[in-house]
Amino acid sequence: MKTVMEGSNAVAHAIRLCKPEVMAMFPITPSTHIPENLAQMVADGDLDAKLITVESEFSAMSATVGASATGVRAFTATSSQGLALMHEVVYAAAGMRLPIVTTIVNRALSAPINIWNDQQDTISERDSGWLQIYCETNQEAVDTMIQAYKIAEDKRVLLPVFVCMDGFILSHTYEPVDIPEQKDVDEFLPPYKPEHAFLDPDKPMTMGPFAYPKPYAAMRKELSKDVMKAKAVVKEVHDEFAKKFGRSYGNGIIEEYKNDRPIAIVAMGSVCGTIKEVVDKRDDVGLVRVRCYRPFPKEELAKALKDKENVIVFEKNVALGLNSGAMYPEIKDVLYSAGSKARVNNVIGGIGGIDVTKENVENFIERLKDKEGVVEFLGGDPNE
Amino acid sequence: MKEIRFHGRGGQGAVTAAEVLAVAAFKEGKYSQAFPFFGVERRGAPVMAFTRIDDEFIRLREQVYKPNYIVVLDPTLMEVVNVFEGMREGGVVVVNTAQMPDLPEGVDVRIVDATKIALEEIGKPFVNTPMLGALIGVTGLVNIDSLVSTIKERYPGEVGEKNARAIKRTYEEIKEG
Amino acid sequence: MGEKVTIGGIIYDVGNSTATKTGTWRVFKPVFDSDKCKRCGICAKFCPEGIIEITQEKGAQANMDYCKGCGICAEECPFDAIKMEVEKK
Repeated sequence: MKTVMEGSNAVAHAIRLCKPEVMAMFPITPSTHIPENLAQMVADGDLDAKLITVESEFSAMSATVGASATGVRAFTATSSQGLALMHEVVYAAAGMRLPIVTTIVNRALSAPINIWNDQQDTISERDSGWLQIYCETNQEAVDTMIQAYKIAEDKRVLLPVFVCMDGFILSHTYEPVDIPEQKDVDEFLPPYKPEHAFLDPDKPMTMGPFAYPKPYAAMRKELSKDVMKAKAVVKEVHDEFAKKFGRSYGNGIIEEYKNDRPIAIVAMGSVCGTIKEVVDKRDDVGLVRVRCYRPFPKEELAKALKDKENVIVFEKNVALGLNSGAMYPEIKDVLYSAGSKARVNNVIGGIGGIDVTKENVENFIERLKDKEGVVEFLGGDPNE
Repeated sequence: MKEIRFHGRGGQGAVTAAEVLAVAAFKEGKYSQAFPFFGVERRGAPVMAFTRIDDEFIRLREQVYKPNYIVVLDPTLMEVVNVFEGMREGGVVVVNTAQMPDLPEGVDVRIVDATKIALEEIGKPFVNTPMLGALIGVTGLVNIDSLVSTIKERYPGEVGEKNARAIKRTYEEIKEG
Repeated sequence: MGEKVTIGGIIYDVGNSTATKTGTWRVFKPVFDSDKCKRCGICAKFCPEGIIEITQEKGAQANMDYCKGCGICAEECPFDAIKMEVEKK
């Protein structure tokens, strides 16, 4: 049913529909409303799940890994420092090939302490082996949650997934969201039936064992290949969802919006809505939204961007020590490998919650449309 | 697209007012969006919340800088923040006060004593819902029935009834001018 | 090229540690005196390999396939019932 509700509440409903059996969560702004809503659902008997109120995010992810290793569908959610505290276990979850889904309500990292949105937290986990999908709207966050378990549990994937939504801008915003029916979700997402990792006293197994250099290297190589192969499943599940529920997001990997123009902005998350408003008012700029950031859509981006005159990569993170965003060199790699002559520029904006206005987008297009290799930081003036 | 900005103090319900207005507009088949100014919530601190109403899905994610309508839940805020900032031409400001405040030139301000009405009807100084009644009385952004039914759904029972009565009074009073 | 691995490196043929006969590492071996042994079980509790068994009939006995000859049992025995002797190889 379509209603106006808060983003966090909508996502909590999506998680309820996925019927996780174990949820281990620790509250942190701005993701707190998700565990709050889920705890209410468990208390009201609307969700039959074991809710573990842990004492830190490290324990939240550890308990989630433990639960998933027993062979049940497991969930957690966090933001910022919470994800940073999970870091060690985040790598273990991917290496152990556990199909956990985690909602990340994106927020800046300390110091200084800042509770507002940027995407530094998940970008800092980009090499962990987790898939990362970034959402533009609350509807997409709801739909992606449901897709995420199907992707993660696919026998060709068996990898954990971060569903990323911008803190406050999505999580605290009321907007129309269509919450699917349980019956439809059940048809789309069958119960998790693990074949590789589960708890059975008659069939004991050892998980996350010690490995000598050669098997370790072999496993990392396999993992690296498998993460890349997951892209096909992300797309397949997206397409199947679109067929059943009638909602799609580009091709499931990237979304091209009026991308038949000489300049393309590449961006992720909620800011793409504002960028689309600007694109509609111009005839020289289009948008390529990266939905699936890990695995990185090299082929799709090469195709979408190689013939551009100018590519402006807009990012809500800073790769310190590189003095650019993290995606900027990745886009350059894609274009270089494709033999593209496109000029590439980088805008770092929306850091620590500064507002990104239409005016900001208009102005950086004007500043950068004849430039090459410029990296600029937005400062938070709505007219900048 | 119509953009509305609510000014209040932490605890007065500015965020709730923005949400209720968004839900009421959606009931009428419009698209809407409501969000708080993302601050650190503290009781008594100046807060803002925003609502957008449009005929299509609202993609825009920037804050509201040029509101069509402004609602001020607490007149003392006018001494602390510039509540008129960025107001569009032809815009209206609705203020909860018994007395017309000193105003800059060229602003259209309507007043209603929502605190008095809230105390009489609800028994507590909950001014956010009666101020919504005043806002739609001036602007017709949504009709009174949509607003009242939204309030009754959000606050079932006696609380909703009391709020509905307060809304109807401010709605009528401000219309009569 | 490379090692063949299972998904996530999960080991399904568990219990494979018994295939490694650690008893060959031994320099000393425990010799149990059944007459002095009071069957108290302290040696079994302290044995880091968990390979000492107590029976009423024979007292303490170690599974020599896995005994590394560490001597902890002899150190802990309150009744001086265990002696460490050089293993003849």
